[in-house]
Amino acid sequence: MYRFIVRRLASGVVLIAILTTLTFFLLYLSGGDIARRIVGEGATEEAVQAKAHELGLDRSVWSQFTDWLSHAVSGDLGSSWFNGQPVSDAISSRLSVTLSLVIGATLLTAVLATVLGVVAATRGGWVDRVVQFLGVLGHAIPNFLIAIGLVSLLAVQWHWFDATGYTEFADSPSRWLSSITLPVLALVTGAVSSVAQQVRGAVIDALRQDYVRTLRSRGLSETRVIYRHVLRNAAGPALSYLGVQFVGLIGGAVIIEQIFAIPGLGQVAVGATSQGDIPLVMGLVMVTAVIVVVLNLLVDLAQGWLNPKVRHA
Amino acid sequence: MSESLSASLETPATAAAPKGLFRRLLKNPLGAASLGVLTLIVLTALLAPVLAPHDPDAASANDILASPSSNFLLGADGSGHDILSRLLYASRVSLAGAALALAVAAALGVTAGLVSGYYGRWFETASTWVTNLLMALPGVVALLAVRAAVGPSLWTTMAIFGVLLSPAFYRVVYTAVSGVRNELYVDAARVSGLRDPRIISRHILIVVRAPAIILAASIGSVAIAIQSGITFLGLGDPSVPTWGGMLNDAFANMYTAPLQLTWPSLAIGLTAISLTLLSNALRDELERSSRPKRRRGRRDAGTATVRHEPVLVHEDTEDTEDAPSGEILLDVQGLTVSYDQADGSAKTVVEDVSLTVRRGEVHGLIGESGSGKTQTAFAIMRLMPPGGQVAGSILFEGADLARLSAKEMTRLRGKKIAYIPQEPMSNIDPSFSIGSQLVEPMRVQLGLSKAEARDRALRLLARVGIPDPERTFNAYPHEVSGGMAQRVLIAGAVSCDPDLLIADEPTTALDVTVQAEVLDLLRDLQSDLNMGVILVTHNFGVVADLCDRVSVMRGGRIVETGAVQSIFDDPRHSYTQSLFEAILDDSRPRGPLETDVTAAASTQGASS
Repeated sequence: MYRFIVRRLASGVVLIAILTTLTFFLLYLSGGDIARRIVGEGATEEAVQAKAHELGLDRSVWSQFTDWLSHAVSGDLGSSWFNGQPVSDAISSRLSVTLSLVIGATLLTAVLATVLGVVAATRGGWVDRVVQFLGVLGHAIPNFLIAIGLVSLLAVQWHWFDATGYTEFADSPSRWLSSITLPVLALVTGAVSSVAQQVRGAVIDALRQDYVRTLRSRGLSETRVIYRHVLRNAAGPALSYLGVQFVGLIGGAVIIEQIFAIPGLGQVAVGATSQGDIPLVMGLVMVTAVIVVVLNLLVDLAQGWLNPKVRHA
Repeated sequence: MSESLSASLETPATAAAPKGLFRRLLKNPLGAASLGVLTLIVLTALLAPVLAPHDPDAASANDILASPSSNFLLGADGSGHDILSRLLYASRVSLAGAALALAVAAALGVTAGLVSGYYGRWFETASTWVTNLLMALPGVVALLAVRAAVGPSLWTTMAIFGVLLSPAFYRVVYTAVSGVRNELYVDAARVSGLRDPRIISRHILIVVRAPAIILAASIGSVAIAIQSGITFLGLGDPSVPTWGGMLNDAFANMYTAPLQLTWPSLAIGLTAISLTLLSNALRDELERSSRPKRRRGRRDAGTATVRHEPVLVHEDTEDTEDAPSGEILLDVQGLTVSYDQADGSAKTVVEDVSLTVRRGEVHGLIGESGSGKTQTAFAIMRLMPPGGQVAGSILFEGADLARLSAKEMTRLRGKKIAYIPQEPMSNIDPSFSIGSQLVEPMRVQLGLSKAEARDRALRLLARVGIPDPERTFNAYPHEVSGGMAQRVLIAGAVSCDPDLLIADEPTTALDVTVQAEVLDLLRDLQSDLNMGVILVTHNFGVVADLCDRVSVMRGGRIVETGAVQSIFDDPRHSYTQSLFEAILDDSRPRGPLETDVTAAASTQGASS
């Protein structure tokens, strides 16, 4: 197991390294006249030159890259070109908001999808058909449309929730809940419907296994067989899929945060992108990649816990 | 020659699948509806210059946020553009953008999938790496980075989005191609001298076609969603009308003109839903055609062919007096097992089976596969696969098992009636240690404490002949051999002192050397615990070895039953006789043939 973790961790580090390198060259080689954009169209050529020199843009891309890399490994991701704020500060102050949104949505997805998937697989009949139909719809409708629908009906028309804004949990738990409910709902609809389909399929597969009959023959109750044995065996495939959904939820959160005016990474990302604030974009890509790698490692660990074969491999 | 050969070796099954697919799709209600909506959207996009009542870019300051009227059918947006006209023109851009992403994704993914699926080797490793790399970033985040690099060009963004989507195609194509790479008809094409590009286009592409079409529809849906999302964020080219851009404008004016959100939402939603439903309908239709009428349930060799005939019963005589004469433990009368079919009918797999098992008696159920013996065993425990129905009576200790509730049945299982399966490895839950699977039923059924149950499990493991019980207790199913696993299953079956044991071909899956040991173990346990046993087998050797009584099953019925001695001495039913002959055939040396040969040789020798 120890070697397994080390191996996965190493491949994660390599993945982050390649991804950030590629992103760096993509961003720095195609950025156009960045210094001109920062100082403004009306600025003199000297001012542009001075800005370019200040930001190190007059050096070769390669030397800029080694410079960035040597700082990045010590945690210094540079500073914003536009307001001089350190990238790590800009990101870390917003990270918790986005993570709480995405992790909350993932946990809710896991619970709802498991319940729906198990019920659909074991009850069959109309329950199954309803779950499957909703699954297709929930999967097809983009989550920002759901978010817009929720905002315009529940918040703007009926005033059940705050339309926009975000309250820290520490400030007021009840307002935090109110501010996060609609965004999380909008995020989970699609994820729940597709993960529920996966759970349903995995449970049906597991129920067909011979050992299920043998466990029943030993006098274990149906609840015990399903929730202890079948679910444990179905959890592996469903969990991998939940991991994929988590990555999708990070992307979804970028758009959802705009709709609900939630001060998370999404806002930073959209701002940095439209301005062309390359160091900030670079930092965001790297942080996202790290989150994804850590998540995949967690999924692998959970797989090892669930499946003795993986653990002993 | 090679022409005709390759033509005759045309890819089977899937080759025919997309033929007539379009027509079938139109008959599928969801397929027809989604195709209809999509056609309408594409047509209005193509005809935008004809249909649009206004110039989409003509902004009139007087008409900002105008309500729907005869002039502006859907109203005017926050800049005073006619919403209907803009929506029509936006359809062109949004659809073309999605199509571009789809085309790039398909071109890259299909090519890479074909090459690495067909040639394998290093290309495979490299492609897998690139795929993992592309999947490591959420699509939106990656597109934001792209947008930061290339600016607000919609087309560049969508083309790069296509690259990001290509792994989906790659994986589907790769799986399909590597599945057929070594199929006979591909080998045959290679041997017949076809060159690789030819083989790929003639034989491989056909396999890929169906899954790729299904995927294309759902990827189209994703492309529309993501593209609208990016433009909704205001990161698109503001000079080009898009659905997402219109949604952005309407969202900004949500408080003053909430109705305006409807139109771009409808356009995006309808397109995305239609594409997803189309993909589902395509999959349904293709799956239906590739597996025409798959029978559910179990193989049944000849349920329908066996006529109603009386059971040949061997009455007990003095010869068979050594058979145990304890109380009757199980009395099955007129047992019928049937399965509900999809078309509403029921298929009968066991019909009018009656048998009794006394305490301490081993009753063999013998017959060829599909004769209903395993179904009979499952029915007694009420553990049939879904859809199974039981009729008749199964009297056990004064209760009719056919009528007990599921809960009452659960209470009996393990404790009163236990089961040993046929295939050891697939009958142990792979996720739990062997020990925990032994302990769990004892805690539930006997109410033992954890320590007591563990103790008992270790003693049971020793009892069934496992050399190091402690180690096996802590082991996981994949760490033990088949023979070991079967001993574990036997230990589990007898762990709660059952009165009746149902063993379903307990030795069939084992090595010959292990078979004898397991049979010995069963015999020992049976006499120690004085259990009644139903032993399902297809082997008369096992019957002779262990059973007191035997019932011969064929086509879901018992054709002959009686004491083992009596049936061995005097098999009356032709089917029983043929089963005996089958054993004799197996064991008889090739005597007659040899004498024929020597006879022929000697006559030859004599004649020469």
